[in-house]
Amino acid sequence: MNIAQVSRDDLKLPRRNRSPRRVQDYVTITLFLLPAFILFLVFLVYPIFRSVYYSTFNWNGLGPAVNFVGLDNFKQILSDNIFMTAVGNCLLIVLFSLTLQLPLSLALAIMVGRDLPGRAFFRAIFFMPYVLSEVITAIIWLGLFNPDPERGLINAILVLIPGVQAQGFLGDTKVVLLCVFVVLTWKYFGLHMLLYLAGLQNIPREIEEAALIDGANQWQMIRHITIPLLGSTIRTTIYLSVLGSLTQFNLIWIMTKGGPVNASESMATYMYRFGFIRFWLGYGSAVALVMLLICLVFSIGYLRLVRQPDYLGGI
Amino acid sequence: MAAVNLRRSDAFKKNLPRFFQYLVLIIVVLVVLVPIVVLIFGALKTRGEMYSRPYTIPIPPHWENFRAILGQSTFWTMLRNSLIVMLASTAGVLVICSLAAFVFARMQFKGKDLAFNFLTLGLMFPITVAIMPEYLVIRQMHLTNTLLAVILIQTAFGLSGNILILRGFFLSIPVELQDAASIDGCSAFDFFWRILLPLARPALSAVAALTMIVSWNDLLTPLVFIDRETLWTLPLGTMQFQGQYGTDLNMVAAFVTLSALPTVIFYLFAERQIVAGLTAGALKG
Repeated sequence: MNIAQVSRDDLKLPRRNRSPRRVQDYVTITLFLLPAFILFLVFLVYPIFRSVYYSTFNWNGLGPAVNFVGLDNFKQILSDNIFMTAVGNCLLIVLFSLTLQLPLSLALAIMVGRDLPGRAFFRAIFFMPYVLSEVITAIIWLGLFNPDPERGLINAILVLIPGVQAQGFLGDTKVVLLCVFVVLTWKYFGLHMLLYLAGLQNIPREIEEAALIDGANQWQMIRHITIPLLGSTIRTTIYLSVLGSLTQFNLIWIMTKGGPVNASESMATYMYRFGFIRFWLGYGSAVALVMLLICLVFSIGYLRLVRQPDYLGGI
Repeated sequence: MAAVNLRRSDAFKKNLPRFFQYLVLIIVVLVVLVPIVVLIFGALKTRGEMYSRPYTIPIPPHWENFRAILGQSTFWTMLRNSLIVMLASTAGVLVICSLAAFVFARMQFKGKDLAFNFLTLGLMFPITVAIMPEYLVIRQMHLTNTLLAVILIQTAFGLSGNILILRGFFLSIPVELQDAASIDGCSAFDFFWRILLPLARPALSAVAALTMIVSWNDLLTPLVFIDRETLWTLPLGTMQFQGQYGTDLNMVAAFVTLSALPTVIFYLFAERQIVAGLTAGALKG
């Protein structure tokens, strides 16, 4: 790589004058970057500024926005208990994901390891739910969670255990969020496991063998060698998992619409409810901006904290 | 004899953890597969069977549900819409990202890092967060109720991650190759077109496979931009079908099975590419 760098720098020297080749290069650079920049500016940057503008209006989308309310939308969001419930629910899903879902995926990845016979089979099966759409996943689990033991498989199994009653599941405010989390785990543990498996592949076998020869037991080896060496993969999965949990929409919307009585509301279902169902475009814009801010603060903070130069070009 | 016994108990001790390992893994396999199998069973039942015995093996299987759905034009229209959107946004992502990734991997210019960091900002927020802002702009452009809107948004949100993946791959191709080509009078574009892209075929197919899955499964974009029934994509149509025929559980199961089928087939053929795309995107950068 060093040699490559040197030779590139050397080659640059004679080109510094504005030779036709250099001009041609600049034309290439401009033309090649143009489509990406145009799409990015029109569909990512401009919309956000547009939202900032509309978030200061009380606007139902009919006619021009004229009812300027300043920061009132934001005040209303932050004082709305339902929004706070939604934030709390998202944070709970983040917490569950980090303490249950990721460790489960990691444990399974270590079990499947590098050379367990049947590795490819397990990987293929575990990863399958990730490939199915969230719509399909949600509809499948709606059936499984049916409160009637005659209809829902999970209750049918539960009532076989003596002393256990059929549960309301998605209709029960106390457990609905847990049910959503179970489905999220079913769908996404395979993705995290896959990433860990890829990370394991990069750990030289010799290091682990050396530890075992030095008298470490299996658990010590995993604890002190394997997991630390998976560090960057683990940091990546934490990042993906938190961002995904904070912005969860599809599964919740199809299974519960955020209910019952907002017990499974997420920030995204809240935004959809007010922005698109009630069609309060100004208020919806403000909610979107609050979510965006939360995501950006988390992303930038996290990436600075763990300083992962490979990711995001070192932001 | 003793030696043999010793060896046998050693083998037992060694195999015991492995036995538990397989036990746990097989339980997880069941947890993953049972919901999918129950769905397929349901799809092969009559409505009456679905209510009396919802999760038994369907004997005899009733294929009428599938026939009924495939006999209507709605399913085929959704399939067509999904295909159009998927092919167009995948093509868009491939072309735009490989052009940009090439510049970031191989050309020198002032402000390169800044431009790159700017274009990868999209990684910091998923599309869910930005869908309201997108809606305002798509509406302003009078593009609601068009597949073009869905394609444009999916492509725009595919940029950041895939530029990152492709740039990583292009960087791994030796610079000497470009230098040699350059000495032979090859322009930057010629090098890109004739040498780099053919070499990058594995990376391009990984990006394509991943983009196709994301586009095919996307619900939110069509949900927000499309009302007209003839423009529904498969996920949107599946959701609406479930809402409309929620009580005909066997039909819903059949519909869901049919709409999952293309994905599963694609997964079986492209598993390697999908996995490569995901790991390259998440790990290497």
